[in-house]
Amino acid sequence: MEKNIKVPTKQLTRMDFTSDQTVKWCPGCGDYSVLAQVQRVMPDLGIPKENFVIVSGIGCSSRFPYYMNTYGFHGIHGRASAIATGMKLSNPDLSIWIVTGDGDSLSIGGNHFIHLLRRNIDVNMLLFNNRIYGLTKGQYSPTSPLGKVTKSTPMGSLDHPFNPPALALGAHASFVARTIDKEPKHMQEMIRRSHQHHGTSFLEIYQNCLIFNDGEFASYTDKEVKHDNVLVLEHGQPMIFGKNRDKGIHLAGNRPRVVNIGSEGQWTVNDLLVHDEKDWIIASILSHFTYREDLPTPVGVFYAVQQTVYEDLLLDQCQQAVELKGAGDLHELMNSGDTWIVK
Amino acid sequence: MAKKLKHIDDVTIRFAGDSGDGMQLTGDRFTSATAIIGNDLSTLPDFPAEIRAPAGSLSGVSAFQLHFSSHEIFSPGDNPDVLIAMNPAALKVHFDELARGGTIIINTASFTPKNLKLAKYDTNPLEDDTLKDFVVYPIDMSRLVKYVCEDMNISPKMVERTKNMFALGVLYWMFNRPMDTTIKWLKEKFAKKPEIVEANTRALNAGFNYGSTARIFTTNYKVNAAKLRPGTYRNISGNYATSLGLLAAAVKSGLPLFYGSYPITPATDILHYLAEFRNFRVKTFQAEDEIAGVTSAIGAAFAGSLAATGTSGPGLALKGEALGLAVITELPLVIVNVQRGGPSTGLPTKTEQADLFQAIYGRNGEAPIPVISARSPGDCFYAAFEAAQVALKYMTPVILLTDGYVGNGSEPWIIPNIDELPEIKPNFFKPGDGREYLPYGRDEESLSREWAVPGTPGLEHRIGGLEKEDGSGAVSNDPDNHHKMVTLRAQKIANVVNDVTPCRVIGEQSGEVLMLSWGSTRGAARAALQKLLKEGKSVSHLNLRWINPLPADLGEILGRFKKILIPEINLGQLAQIIRARYLIEPYQLNLVRGRPFLTSDIINAVDKLIG
Repeated sequence: MEKNIKVPTKQLTRMDFTSDQTVKWCPGCGDYSVLAQVQRVMPDLGIPKENFVIVSGIGCSSRFPYYMNTYGFHGIHGRASAIATGMKLSNPDLSIWIVTGDGDSLSIGGNHFIHLLRRNIDVNMLLFNNRIYGLTKGQYSPTSPLGKVTKSTPMGSLDHPFNPPALALGAHASFVARTIDKEPKHMQEMIRRSHQHHGTSFLEIYQNCLIFNDGEFASYTDKEVKHDNVLVLEHGQPMIFGKNRDKGIHLAGNRPRVVNIGSEGQWTVNDLLVHDEKDWIIASILSHFTYREDLPTPVGVFYAVQQTVYEDLLLDQCQQAVELKGAGDLHELMNSGDTWIVK
Repeated sequence: MAKKLKHIDDVTIRFAGDSGDGMQLTGDRFTSATAIIGNDLSTLPDFPAEIRAPAGSLSGVSAFQLHFSSHEIFSPGDNPDVLIAMNPAALKVHFDELARGGTIIINTASFTPKNLKLAKYDTNPLEDDTLKDFVVYPIDMSRLVKYVCEDMNISPKMVERTKNMFALGVLYWMFNRPMDTTIKWLKEKFAKKPEIVEANTRALNAGFNYGSTARIFTTNYKVNAAKLRPGTYRNISGNYATSLGLLAAAVKSGLPLFYGSYPITPATDILHYLAEFRNFRVKTFQAEDEIAGVTSAIGAAFAGSLAATGTSGPGLALKGEALGLAVITELPLVIVNVQRGGPSTGLPTKTEQADLFQAIYGRNGEAPIPVISARSPGDCFYAAFEAAQVALKYMTPVILLTDGYVGNGSEPWIIPNIDELPEIKPNFFKPGDGREYLPYGRDEESLSREWAVPGTPGLEHRIGGLEKEDGSGAVSNDPDNHHKMVTLRAQKIANVVNDVTPCRVIGEQSGEVLMLSWGSTRGAARAALQKLLKEGKSVSHLNLRWINPLPADLGEILGRFKKILIPEINLGQLAQIIRARYLIEPYQLNLVRGRPFLTSDIINAVDKLIG
């Protein structure tokens, strides 16, 4: 079935996407940055404002829909993915953005998260990962590192954390990316890429919780050290990082390691792993840099491939059924099979 | 020897065999042939929770009961007149309920020492005096089907599996049923396997011929067509009727139908049926769990679909939180609960009415939801349609309670004329008429809010699970506003009473005893009423359709009777609601056995009250 392609009738601006509600996140919260970047990018996506829907679950990030002057739905804990699925199947023309957190989507909503990804429904997910429960005031989350001391784990947490990109790749995600709250330009680019992808886009956003987990991502955001700790992925480019761009990722067998490139060393650019967004193995290797002390943290698009999209197939089936049986006729259906007349 | 043909009015047959013997299918075929003749009928499938319990075991027995008659009937019958026992376990399980002097047709081939032991028979009941008070037809069906298929090149296992068709053939002879619909059905069902069609057709014919020629059979029976209301009929099961009702509501409202559901017995068939309606652009979604079933439907409702989800008791429990979300977002949604035995996994394949409290109260906070029940398989169509009407008019979730008995059971059904079904007007806000859209602005009379669907320019708004400010729908923590909203939501659901049809009392409009039933218990209660009135008893019957809200005239009606008897398949849930609401003390009849009431259960209870 053909989609109704609608375009905005006028150039939209950031103000068109700003609601009249007072934003109530803590001052300095990383969420402000995400809201600002989304409001900056959306006007330029070529979609009429009325076709955007923001869907969220529960948690600090999930207040997001109230701050956007679009259609919005603030759901219940963990269920944003399932709610969004129903919306998209109901109206595939909508541009649906799920705003969720590490607790919302990886703990209580873990089931919906993996099934959304494997179905590859064409929605965008912004997962704010602050590695802590903020709205319930500071318990460890499913992405908190082992041994995390919080109010609910005074002697340290006992469970191994989820690795979101690895989990997404394991669930057959067709688009996996990561960005950081303090890198607005990069985040805008990732939001744009998420939108462009046909299928479920999973964008993990490292987001600092000033109150309960301040500094969790400091090594990726502090000017002094970030370049040595963050690997910015670019499709088709060798994996180089470092303040002086003198470090790179070399693959020894199937083990990634950091090597120094430059005049004095034995390694050159030619020895480095070249990023390929379409290579699941590379994406998988990169996803396992997460939590590793000896490797930089990748940001950018890990993986982006075209896979069949659930609602496209659903619409195809409807079309096929019409071609096969004719457009549904209720009278005919009800009178089908064995019938008899009583006079 | 000439055989006698005898006219009778009313027969109850029970097919019983191993789970793999095809008893449900055999029962379905007999039902179709019976429906076409024009008998009134009512069925009760009764199968184990296991797909294939150990062969020959007592727990593996699957049964199908069919009551048919030359007059109007309401229940699948109490004690069968005829039992088809395909193995010893089937005989053992169902023997006690067989009417005294009844007929038993037995496949003797399965009465082996091993099967007798599995059925816990110390001696072979065919050889001792166990069956002395019954008319017994012992037939070696396995051997006979082997004969009729011996020139065919098919496996012995396949041949053995046709014995249910042989048994069916015997019954078709015995009760004068036409065989052509069954043969046609075989041809369609096994279109790609002509040898299976051939073998089964031969077995069916062989059974029929065996009845007409074998000396053991002396009499066959004729049950005339019932005088039913004029119209075009089909046989329909409750779950299929529910599916058609939802589809009809979608067609009549001009909305696309979305059905999000997770498979659960005995509700899954609704998902199966609706999945066949892709040419109506029905979108069925088999969700990853019960919660995704309902939340996807809530998403679809927000996006402008007629949204529904279906489940059974344990699934409704999982959906509870999401139903609260549908209540506070005031979105139209139909939730079908095909009730089964609980608590927990309980009796998955058996019927019960014990989810009434769950449907009415099972959510956190003050979260009122209208609750409607279906009284019979065919009525599921109208109940589903009405549930959708109310959901769309009042912008609310509505719970439809059916149960395993009406869901799987079937009856003849007058096919309604689509043109005579009412149009449904969704409560959409119309942009451009100068009014500002208030997401929680309300219709003065119904208190329903207006629906604005994503994709509509200028009506962008946000809703969700947090408390809303009256009118604007903005998030509000104001104490007085919360009280106001709680009250408004309650009043809105109370207003549904204006769309609840007045009560219909069958029998005297005042008197000694009123049987007050709800949902599927209507069948046994109406059947009991028929008999009690014939005996000249002062008894009347009222079946409730809407339980929340209760009909406006109910209180006044209850006051006209000296005694109110409430039969229900739970420990008194409706009774408690009636007691609390009307400050009366009803008499209760509660039997929670995983099966519908027998007519005699209700008659006995009424007799005790009347004395």
